Amino acid sequence: MITKIMNWFDDRLPITATLERHLTKYPAPINMNIWYLAGVLLVVVLVIQLLSGIWLLMNYEATAEGAFASIQYIMRDVEYGYIIRYMHTTGASAFFALIYLHMFRGMMYGSYQKPRELLWVVGWLTYLLLCMLGFTGYVLPWGQMSFWAAQVIMSLFGSIPYFGEDLLTWIRGDYLISGITLNRLFALHVVLLPLALIVVIFVHILALHEVGSNNPDGVDVKKFKDKDGVPLDTKPFFPYDVMHDLYAIGVFLIFFCTIMFFYPDGGGYVIEYVNYEPADNLKTPDHIIPAWYYTPYYAMLRAITFPLFGLSAKFLGFVVMAAGIAIFVALPWLDRSSVKSIKYKGIYSKVFLVLFVISFFVLGYLGSVAPSPIRTAVAQFFTATYFAYFLLMPIYSKYERCKPVPDRVQLS
Amino acid sequence: MKRITLLAFIVSFIIAFLVSNNLSAAAGSPCGHYLSEESMIEGQCDSAQVDPTDIPSLQRGAQIYMNYCLGCHSLKYARYKRVSEDLGIPLDMFQENLIFGDQKIGELMHIGMDSKEAKTWFGNTPPDLTLEAGLRGTDWIYTYLKSFYIDHSRPLGVNNKVYENVGMPNVLIHLQGDQYSVCKQVSMIAYNGGIKQDPLSGKQLKEEKCGFLEVQKGTGTLNKEEFDQSMRDLTNFLGYMTDPMKKERESIGVYVLLYLFIFTILSYLLYIEFKKDLH
Repeated sequence: MITKIMNWFDDRLPITATLERHLTKYPAPINMNIWYLAGVLLVVVLVIQLLSGIWLLMNYEATAEGAFASIQYIMRDVEYGYIIRYMHTTGASAFFALIYLHMFRGMMYGSYQKPRELLWVVGWLTYLLLCMLGFTGYVLPWGQMSFWAAQVIMSLFGSIPYFGEDLLTWIRGDYLISGITLNRLFALHVVLLPLALIVVIFVHILALHEVGSNNPDGVDVKKFKDKDGVPLDTKPFFPYDVMHDLYAIGVFLIFFCTIMFFYPDGGGYVIEYVNYEPADNLKTPDHIIPAWYYTPYYAMLRAITFPLFGLSAKFLGFVVMAAGIAIFVALPWLDRSSVKSIKYKGIYSKVFLVLFVISFFVLGYLGSVAPSPIRTAVAQFFTATYFAYFLLMPIYSKYERCKPVPDRVQLS
Repeated sequence: MKRITLLAFIVSFIIAFLVSNNLSAAAGSPCGHYLSEESMIEGQCDSAQVDPTDIPSLQRGAQIYMNYCLGCHSLKYARYKRVSEDLGIPLDMFQENLIFGDQKIGELMHIGMDSKEAKTWFGNTPPDLTLEAGLRGTDWIYTYLKSFYIDHSRPLGVNNKVYENVGMPNVLIHLQGDQYSVCKQVSMIAYNGGIKQDPLSGKQLKEEKCGFLEVQKGTGTLNKEEFDQSMRDLTNFLGYMTDPMKKERESIGVYVLLYLFIFTILSYLLYIEFKKDLH
């Protein structure tokens, strides 16, 4: 009976085939390690953000007069409103923490190399959308930091030569950050960007399942198949990966809920203390510091202190900052190595990758503290090493000596 | 498993680092020019040592706030009723003794003072204090409240060590008494952190240091300990105001974590069981 019903559906819609292809029978390499968990956890966080976002939306008021008070209304008068809001604020930080780990995994194991170039590009798009979502969402509570962070970031468009000022007015919809700006950022944050994010993530997963998952050895598992055509060094997603992921989700949620219930402002990182004060366009906070996940790029922006070729320092800083985010997309074409995984790459790749990680953390720290001449100099140095990882890659990845790559995956 | 443990360590380290780090706007020398004889470090706040579970302290704090502060500082995001319920004050008692206008118990704690006029009177509109403890931290508020001193050069006759040239009058002056900024002979500190001594006589060396606060005896209705305790209560109340659902949140959190621990253990056992198939 059930088979009959399923057959009726399958003749009209490929339900079973799709489920098998993308879930139950998807062949996942057997040597995937802990780094491969970030992907599934990102999907969990996406669901958390979408659900908590919808419930926040039921009580949020998107006006300059009412936004701040409506957040406090959610926190105090809405039943369990504070849980919904803290879920969303903690989720935002978790989203970035996980996507950085996910990207680093890709960089470490060469997951962007042929044939996964498009997969990487689409993944980079999700990161870009996430950055925009983070920024637009941060403005909505209309606290002091919301307002001034918006002021700083939007004013960057004003530094573009010739048409910058006009562009800035067009983006803001006003001559200064106002309720009109809030309304348009709200529209982007709750409709356009999440919609785009869902589509892009869908395409990302589709692309992944077309080319198959990479693995820590960077070998092609599809080379050796059994008599049914299933790659030898893989296991079906269900039940093996599902059980594995369930356990990982449990561990992740313990951390997530510890922050959410016990340290909801995360020492000022998850929710900045300055945002306890409503936006005031006549009172600038002492230090304007973005959310922690943008601080590496904020440090790059501030590191450029000198005009060049008739272009202002601010504009150049903006360009460097944007390039810092954009340059990831070029990785598949910058890497000329014959091997994928860092396990078999030569010493230069390893050194530069470590240098990149150090640069990222140091810049992240520098972006979160007030600038001083020494700190600016350090930021300049590490901005250079950050870009060196990418720009020198065509040279060092091509000429270094790599270790021989085995045919099959290695189990430790 | 080994790797998971390692990751757990790393993540907990990061969390500990985040939590221990204080990004408050008041970081640096958070309390302005405040100087206490205990710490001898200018700008270091006194610790408020507030306890949000101490209900009597919160009740006393609410009483002080309603009597001395609510005239100028609204709590416009919070409701009277919530305070009365959370602090265990019966509704009718609260209505009779702590609501002075014709406001209803379910209303938000707005004030009657016009903000534009207030600006001409004080130079700035007195801020709403619902979230002040989140913005400044409780130590800052506690120290600020204790740091008013007589300064005839200021329009209101008082100044504040923590928030210099603040536009607020010292509304608590009859409780605390007249406090002055004074100079004192204090022990000199040696390079090793101890008290500097004269190498020949072995006598402790003294130097004059200014900026200490001293209350003129007999001018206030409370003594120092009583006044400090009152300010601690008031600070505790403001801390509660910023985060009224802390108690509920943390008690729910315990159950959530317990559930997650059981879930994680079961899913781990299931994972181990399925893993056996693979090797």
